[in-house]
Amino acid sequence: MLEAQERERFEACVLPHLDAAFNLARWLLRDRRDAEDVAQEAMLRAYRFFHTYRTGDARAWLLQIVRNCCYDWLNKNRPADLQDELQEGSLPSKELSPEALALANQDRNRLVKALESLPPHFREFLVLRELEGCSYKEIAAITSRPIGSVMSGLARARQQLREALLAQEPARKEMGRAV
Amino acid sequence: MPCDYVEERLHGYLDDELDAAGAAEFERHLKSCPECSAALSAERALRKSLAQAQLYELAPASLRSAVQARIGSASGKQTVTTMQPQINWKWLATAAILLLAISTALLTMAVLRMRGAAPEFAIAAVDAHLRSLQQGHLADVQSTDQHTVKPWFDGRVDFAPKVADFAGDGFPLLGGRLDVLNGRTVAALVYGRRKHIINVFAAPEGTASTRSGSGEIQGYRWLAWRAGGFDYVAVTDASAADLEELRSLFGKI
Repeated sequence: MLEAQERERFEACVLPHLDAAFNLARWLLRDRRDAEDVAQEAMLRAYRFFHTYRTGDARAWLLQIVRNCCYDWLNKNRPADLQDELQEGSLPSKELSPEALALANQDRNRLVKALESLPPHFREFLVLRELEGCSYKEIAAITSRPIGSVMSGLARARQQLREALLAQEPARKEMGRAV
Repeated sequence: MPCDYVEERLHGYLDDELDAAGAAEFERHLKSCPECSAALSAERALRKSLAQAQLYELAPASLRSAVQARIGSASGKQTVTTMQPQINWKWLATAAILLLAISTALLTMAVLRMRGAAPEFAIAAVDAHLRSLQQGHLADVQSTDQHTVKPWFDGRVDFAPKVADFAGDGFPLLGGRLDVLNGRTVAALVYGRRKHIINVFAAPEGTASTRSGSGEIQGYRWLAWRAGGFDYVAVTDASAADLEELRSLFGKI
């Protein structure tokens, strides 16, 4: 009975944030399939440790666990990802056909590539703020950082994103000529 | 490049995270600093393109069902292990009852506290939002066309709600329906946001006893405001920032 009730409570408080869990994992790991595995592991970990959650921001509580699982996974499977430098081409980038570069997708592809080239410790600021809509307080809780460092972290992350977008410009022009 | 002094504050301002005094000070600075104004518009443009690119990726259905199955089986397994004979049943039963009592009390307190702090109309709006998510209750008129949704309300409510589609800003109109808040029939407009649903309840100013404010009830965010002769309450499981953005779009109708 206790278990059934705890499960129900978990399903009511934590499970609704499964999309947020997957989205954060997808952007930290830069791969949907890895994200699915790690998000699942994080959900089960959250379920096991659900007794440590009292009340309050369930999403932030869950995302903190997801983030820890992602960094553990990266540490074990792709330690190079954790070096704090721009990661241009560290993943085999798929060749894009001119069709795939159709206008509608062009901006999205550019942004995905630029965002993925940022070190995870900066990428996570943008994912949490711009995609997940977290407040500075929530970002501080999720990333275990002092709240005062969130503003400067976001400032640097946005600067890096802009630079990554600019770095793509020459390639884009060449592609435009080739088509 | 923005000047050093404000470089970070600009981001706090952009994210609506400065206190009132800090924001006012920054706005004063903006007027005299063209570099900062330019930097701020650049940040806003970047944010807009991030929003329009729809980068949010939803969990695949396979993940959802896997998690649900594993949670189910995890508790099933534990039931099996408790069948082992060396377990002290008496102790276990006492512990279970105690834990049950404590967790029930905590949960009740938490729910009361969450609900107690929220105004009644917000609780009603969240309840209406939850009802609407049940199959087939979301919209009585399903259309992404504001010119179909708006006339649908004619003769159904005693006012003409403002209806607009914000698909270009990432908030596509999905439809409308009638709902009831505090005993008053209101127009409910349904918007999508990265596959999340936002219900916007609208009534003429002062008729639905709402009050401007925002908050969270059981994981759902609500935002209430007054604009152009109407009171609005928006409810969603998307983010608070999304609600703020939608409010500013309503302000421009």
